Amino acid sequence: MLKIRNLDVGYGGLNVLRRVSIHVNPGEIVTIIGANGAGKTTLLKTVAGLLRAQAGEIVFSGREIGRTPTEQIVFDGCSLVPEGRQVFPAMPVKENLLLGAYVQFKRGNRQTVSLDLDHVYGLFPVLKQREQQLAGTLSGGEQQMLAIGRSLMARPKLIMLDEPSMGLAPLMVREIFNIIVRIREEGNTVLLVEQNARSALKIANRGYVLETGRVILEGQAEDLLSNRDVQRAYLGRDL
Amino acid sequence: MYWQPESECMDREELQQLQLERLESTLSRVNMNVPFYRRKFDEIGFNPDDLRTLDDLRKLPFTTKNDLRENYPYGLFAVPLREVVRVHASSGTTGMSTVVGYSRNDIKTWSNLVARILTAGGITKDDVIQIAFNYGLFTGAFGLHYGAERLGASVIPISSGNTRRQIKIMQDFKTTALVSTPSYAMLIADTMMEMGINRNSLSLKFGLFGAEPWSDAMRKELENKLKIVATDNYGLSEVMGPGVAGECFERNGLHIAEDHFLVELINPDTLQPAKPGDVGEMVITTLTKEAFPVIRYRTRDLTRLLPEPCPCGRTMGRMTRIFGRTDDMLIIRGVNVFPQQIETVLFEIEGVAPHYQIIIDRKGALDETTVLVEVSEQIFFDEMKRQSKLKETIKKRLASELGIAVEVKLVEKKTLERFEGKAIRVIDNRKF
Repeated sequence: MLKIRNLDVGYGGLNVLRRVSIHVNPGEIVTIIGANGAGKTTLLKTVAGLLRAQAGEIVFSGREIGRTPTEQIVFDGCSLVPEGRQVFPAMPVKENLLLGAYVQFKRGNRQTVSLDLDHVYGLFPVLKQREQQLAGTLSGGEQQMLAIGRSLMARPKLIMLDEPSMGLAPLMVREIFNIIVRIREEGNTVLLVEQNARSALKIANRGYVLETGRVILEGQAEDLLSNRDVQRAYLGRDL
Repeated sequence: MYWQPESECMDREELQQLQLERLESTLSRVNMNVPFYRRKFDEIGFNPDDLRTLDDLRKLPFTTKNDLRENYPYGLFAVPLREVVRVHASSGTTGMSTVVGYSRNDIKTWSNLVARILTAGGITKDDVIQIAFNYGLFTGAFGLHYGAERLGASVIPISSGNTRRQIKIMQDFKTTALVSTPSYAMLIADTMMEMGINRNSLSLKFGLFGAEPWSDAMRKELENKLKIVATDNYGLSEVMGPGVAGECFERNGLHIAEDHFLVELINPDTLQPAKPGDVGEMVITTLTKEAFPVIRYRTRDLTRLLPEPCPCGRTMGRMTRIFGRTDDMLIIRGVNVFPQQIETVLFEIEGVAPHYQIIIDRKGALDETTVLVEVSEQIFFDEMKRQSKLKETIKKRLASELGIAVEVKLVEKKTLERFEGKAIRVIDNRKF
């Protein structure tokens, strides 16, 4: 699904990512964990085409997308749910969702949009209740649901989630993670960036540990959970 | 039957991506955590961030047995000791032992890789597996033990030695699989015959033999005597232990666990990559080891890579059985000779028992090689004419195989020492 080889990304003279190689297989949840500033968000933004790499390749669905514009990447089926939700606060919930279906209109799949809307409302009943409410009036958790729902409206092949649990109450965090699992069960593929390493590793198939821009560990999620370095550095265990 | 089909049969292109990812993270980790490697990288001006392809690995220096010795005992560990759950040491086939460590995840990986070779060798959770490797610092016994438990087989951790008891337990416990060195399996087979035990009173079906190089001829002999399917497996403690590679039922080369080990073949003289299809020394880089990663470790083991896909369905590349070790390679009168070559010839000659020893002396400026060969009692006590005829046959066959003349001495059965662990086949009395 997604194959990244030797990605170098920097801002100005500063290297943020150093020859990062990762891959995501269809139907997997893959998580990238790491401390603040490790380069997790930079990685997602680069895949989404919002940043450009100095070197390396990004192959999505068999095509090199390193120079492809963001709108084309979204059109090809790769969606980013950005950090901090980024919903349109002054627009009603429903319109936010329909904006996500923009590429579906462009693809000529207009007739399935209302089905997709029902599907999203099925996943997040609270969005249906608040359909006409302005997005800015939603709670943080509801806004996160809206952001995820909006990306699903594009029927992506790969959903990239940037810190979906950030700033949410523990109960809401659990709910968001349950929904990510459900999204996978429906056949989607997820690349998940998280600071909440424990929750992320519990639902993921595989994971990568990013440290100062480099991948220092890769493995099955359960193996990373039992790695003592990971436990100490990211799971807050005192060992 | 596969143990981890998603890995063992994985698409080659996906494998390459996985290998690259794992190699890069391993290099980042050793660069951070092992001063020895950081120093070596610095010396040649190599920045691990600059590695871009699997082939770039060739820019890195080799790691040798000597490096391991100089960092005895814990100098090359990449994690603090409190994260190490097991320590092993090399069996010291050659010189001083070297120490290796395993994290919890390393043990899990190791167990799965051994379960792979057990499955490939026919063993399932229904088998009763007798592990006649020496339990101790040596990785053989514990490696197979954990792998067999992971698989769910019933493990008899009998260790090596006390051959008669081995056979009694084999009968009483209805052992279906034997794990040992090939030479010890031979001793068990011979002892069984001596004791007058009918092979059919045993439940034995499979033999997984390793820890020393052996020949196909020896395999045939073991399979006939024990009525088993015998497979070869390969590993070394410096890299992990058994489970690095193992034969499938095709018995045409050992599948290397390439998702965990990167294998290169080099010409041991020039240290350049061996030409495709050539015999070379295996150089291994671990891709997932946490506690004791090694970068380009020179194994001293000689093999050849088999590029063709295997009919068994595994996509993991294969290597031939080990031809020998560069350490075992004898240079006799300037000719390279491996003990396994001599073994192969001996097994082909009727009346010769599978026990032999090679003695090398220096008379003046010349090397003199004597091969002691055990022969059946019948021949030994037979008329001189038949004896000398057999001797001549062996001499001729050896000369044509090795390209040098060797002396042959026939000895009575059971005069040569038997080995419960790794056999010592060569006594080199030359002083250099």
